[in-house]
Amino acid sequence: MIDRKQAWAKLAAHISDEIVVATYSSATDWIATVDRPLNYFSFGAMGLASSHGLGLALARPERRVIVLDGDGSLLMNLGTLVTIGAVAPKNFVHMVVRNETYEANGGHPTPGAKAHFAALAREAGIAKTHRIDTLDGFEALIPSLLKDDGPIFVELIVEQGELGPRSYKDMYSKVRRTAFRAAL
Amino acid sequence: MEAAQAPLHGEAIIDALKQARVDYVLSVPDLHTSSGLLKPIASDPDLKLIRVCKEDETLGISAGLSYGDKRALILIQYTGFLYAMNAIRAMACDHSMPICLMIGLLGKEPDKASRDSARFGVRIIEPMLDVLGIAYHRIAEDADVAQIAPAIDAAYAQSKPIAFLIERRPVHA
Repeated sequence: MIDRKQAWAKLAAHISDEIVVATYSSATDWIATVDRPLNYFSFGAMGLASSHGLGLALARPERRVIVLDGDGSLLMNLGTLVTIGAVAPKNFVHMVVRNETYEANGGHPTPGAKAHFAALAREAGIAKTHRIDTLDGFEALIPSLLKDDGPIFVELIVEQGELGPRSYKDMYSKVRRTAFRAAL
Repeated sequence: MEAAQAPLHGEAIIDALKQARVDYVLSVPDLHTSSGLLKPIASDPDLKLIRVCKEDETLGISAGLSYGDKRALILIQYTGFLYAMNAIRAMACDHSMPICLMIGLLGKEPDKASRDSARFGVRIIEPMLDVLGIAYHRIAEDADVAQIAPAIDAAYAQSKPIAFLIERRPVHA
């Protein structure tokens, strides 16, 4: 299994002008790894990170959009895989960290222990899917994620991260959203 | 009798969307607007239609599009509005995003205000919009369509939500 913070550190070493859409625990670890104007955080309506990312990808086809989603979040919006498969934006990468836990909500298990998210994505119409459970495997995949035509879906098998209350207010503050719009 | 009322043409609504420079229509099909509005939108080369699986997806997509300076109309039935309530609360209210909702009031009686409808789901839509603080326009005939483009322009200029209540079935010319 992968340590999510280490995975994001590997990803951060490769990104430049990509839009990164992150949500909940993935966002907490991402912003601790790299705080940049082109980070976009999805909070308030759990499950919609990939929908935000899809809108951004359509509006800005010249930029790659990378969504850092969680398995608990995706389970709240599984239809998004079908929508993304139908729209099929070439500049769209959807990463889902899988730890079978609602980290942000007290550490309860998700009902998705038997779910194979990469398979779900593939059967939903997303042709390029990956299921990765080692840091080396993820690092080797990153260059293609930043270069190949999408949509691309990646299921990352990660360890459970820290539990407990977290504050997300700063991440979706008006100041950040204004800075993001300006950076676009 | 609904037929005795002035008509509401889907083409008039589509013209208003183009006047408002709407790029995308995000929709779950609604029987109320299906033949008179959604079908002509689907075949209109100037509008990009994204068919989503559930209505709350449209809130995220619309927000993302707006950051890239693309305008979207969310075309849903009132049941979808009710389903997507938390996403509407987050995007339209808490984040004050320019969310433009066009809501079909399926089953609204033509001789009654929606607040007086015998259908509970129809009856609660305007009060819910009031509680959310989302301004709305009632669209029942072609004369009402003139409200659409200025309201969408204002929504994007001021980064605020707006709703249009489609009170009767649009007809396809």
